[in-house]
Amino acid sequence: MRTIARNEIGRLLDGLLAGYAVYAPVRRKGILVFDRIRSGDEAILDYANTRTSPKHVLMPQMETLLSSCGEDPGVSEHTDCGKPAVLFGARPCDARAFLFLDKVLRDGQSRDVYYANRRDSLLVISIGCTQPRETCFCTTTGGGPLSAEGSDILLEDLGSVYLAHVASSRGAEFAAAHGLLDTCEGEPPGSGTVNGGLQPAIEPPVDLGLLKAALDRSFDDPLWLTLAEKCLGCGICSYLCPACHCFDIVDEEAAGVRVRNRVWDSCQFSCFTAQASGFNPRPTGRERYRQRIMHKFNYCIDNHGMAGCVGCGRCVSECPVNLDMRQVLAAFGGRRGGN
Amino acid sequence: MTDCTARIREETARLLAEGRVDLVIGFEEGSLPLRATPCFITEPGDTGRLIWNAFCSNNLARYLIRSDRKVGIVAKGCDTRAIVELIKEKQVRREDVVIIGVPCHGMVDPHEVRERFGDIRIQTVEDTGGKLVAGDGTALLSMNREDALHRSCRVCVQRNPVISDVLVGEEVEERTRDEFTDVADFASRSAGERWEYIAGEMSRCIRCNACRNACPLCYCSKCFVDETRPQWVGRGTDPSDVLSFHLMRVLHLAGRCVECGACVRACPMGVDLGTLNRRMSADVARMFGCRPGLDPGKPAPLSTFDPDDPQDFMLEP
Repeated sequence: MRTIARNEIGRLLDGLLAGYAVYAPVRRKGILVFDRIRSGDEAILDYANTRTSPKHVLMPQMETLLSSCGEDPGVSEHTDCGKPAVLFGARPCDARAFLFLDKVLRDGQSRDVYYANRRDSLLVISIGCTQPRETCFCTTTGGGPLSAEGSDILLEDLGSVYLAHVASSRGAEFAAAHGLLDTCEGEPPGSGTVNGGLQPAIEPPVDLGLLKAALDRSFDDPLWLTLAEKCLGCGICSYLCPACHCFDIVDEEAAGVRVRNRVWDSCQFSCFTAQASGFNPRPTGRERYRQRIMHKFNYCIDNHGMAGCVGCGRCVSECPVNLDMRQVLAAFGGRRGGN
Repeated sequence: MTDCTARIREETARLLAEGRVDLVIGFEEGSLPLRATPCFITEPGDTGRLIWNAFCSNNLARYLIRSDRKVGIVAKGCDTRAIVELIKEKQVRREDVVIIGVPCHGMVDPHEVRERFGDIRIQTVEDTGGKLVAGDGTALLSMNREDALHRSCRVCVQRNPVISDVLVGEEVEERTRDEFTDVADFASRSAGERWEYIAGEMSRCIRCNACRNACPLCYCSKCFVDETRPQWVGRGTDPSDVLSFHLMRVLHLAGRCVECGACVRACPMGVDLGTLNRRMSADVARMFGCRPGLDPGKPAPLSTFDPDDPQDFMLEP
């Protein structure tokens, strides 16, 4: 059994700061986010989850892909991601989102070199959940409060100590190289019960298989119009989502430096599908909201074998009009036991 | 069930049954504690979904834009202020809207309630006699309702509907005059300090456009930030682009912002848009003697010319 004492975490992170860019949950003006820390004691350990997801560590909201300068015909590719990084304190849902992003951006038909380079130099140390929020639905989408998918090391919170589950060979090497973990006698409490005792607290309202089958038949369902009626068409759900990854490419120029930037984009924006001809294949909220749900719970399962949602609940808790995706999924007949 | 809830249901059923409207926009119970959510009722049999409580904070006037139906709308003071401006700007025809006006005691900010009660898992909230009583199934905790209001509600000067076709509930007493004391401190700081504060706030913006989309007066069919030929404002988080978006938005709302606070409530990052908007509203009030949405007969200050308009900005200081 390998453990690390809670009050040793600060020292552990301090030790990593020399060699790694360390990201951890911190409070910025009252809002919890993942950000670079400069000292181990900045990391917040008592939290349900952060307001924004940690996906920006792998896919910044804005990044420069290419640049060129003045009369120089050469183009620089900005593929170097700098120092290797450690993401400390991700929740299992967010770590699982990395598994999904890997399928789309790194391991699939096309390899996004910018994402892949960051991902390959990132080590993920996640912390399992002890208290699900009222918006959590990770178990619906195949995860769980102690799921280690996407993590290299999962820490199980036992109060004054964390029990470490090494979840990848890189995690094992890392733990050994940094002397991260103490070894003591005894059986690991949570091992073998991936979802611990928490699973019943997060009732899966839908069955993903049934939902997918229902969505296959629902492209023209009038329900989309009703469901999308109150949607404001903002990008909160997409931008807070750990799995949404759509982007726009923009070329900009200032003071003789030309850059090609990638910026996050959202399928909920009207200009997302606006074409140069002036035609927009998704002209209203009905088509745009349908796309968001279909992409996550239908097309992603076809294309990547995994839903594009990890049930973190950020879209549920932060939607300004309380458009609750769980209700939308249930409305399509994916309820367990049939509907 | 509160009296207001019962009356809203009754009026909605009547309007639909009489065929005066195609739908009524109101609120129903949200999926989470401390939340109500907009709903659209088209059948008299569905009126039982409608509610009225301390969490009906969305500005429903936003849903009137580009509607081609006869609409009944449940409206607080600020919602009616927005409707007044939308009518003036010819975005809504008065005869197409039936306003079910509801005097408002101020809407409660769920964040304030959670902040006060810490980590208890709130399941119920009672709103009685100026107190909010939150319960987690075992214990009950109480706080003053006034302490939990949204910022915009704390400085609201129009809690009763400005215009309505049916008034539901007792009129409430309007509070004392608003002297913009909430932005007095900000206004008194040096330009450098103000810049630093606003730049700090903007650094948290994630460009989700929720402020714009929640706003009942942001109805341009193509917003300047969505222009791509040419691109007016960069779409990323470059500080100059973020600031350009917010400054141009606030200036476009000068003389039109009804101070409902919908932008502030929608922001997922807690960006202090309120200070920027309220500072602008203070200028409009001082320079033009205008509080948008309060007077249906008064033309919008920045779309009309008056020889007495302040013109010092055109002269040497």
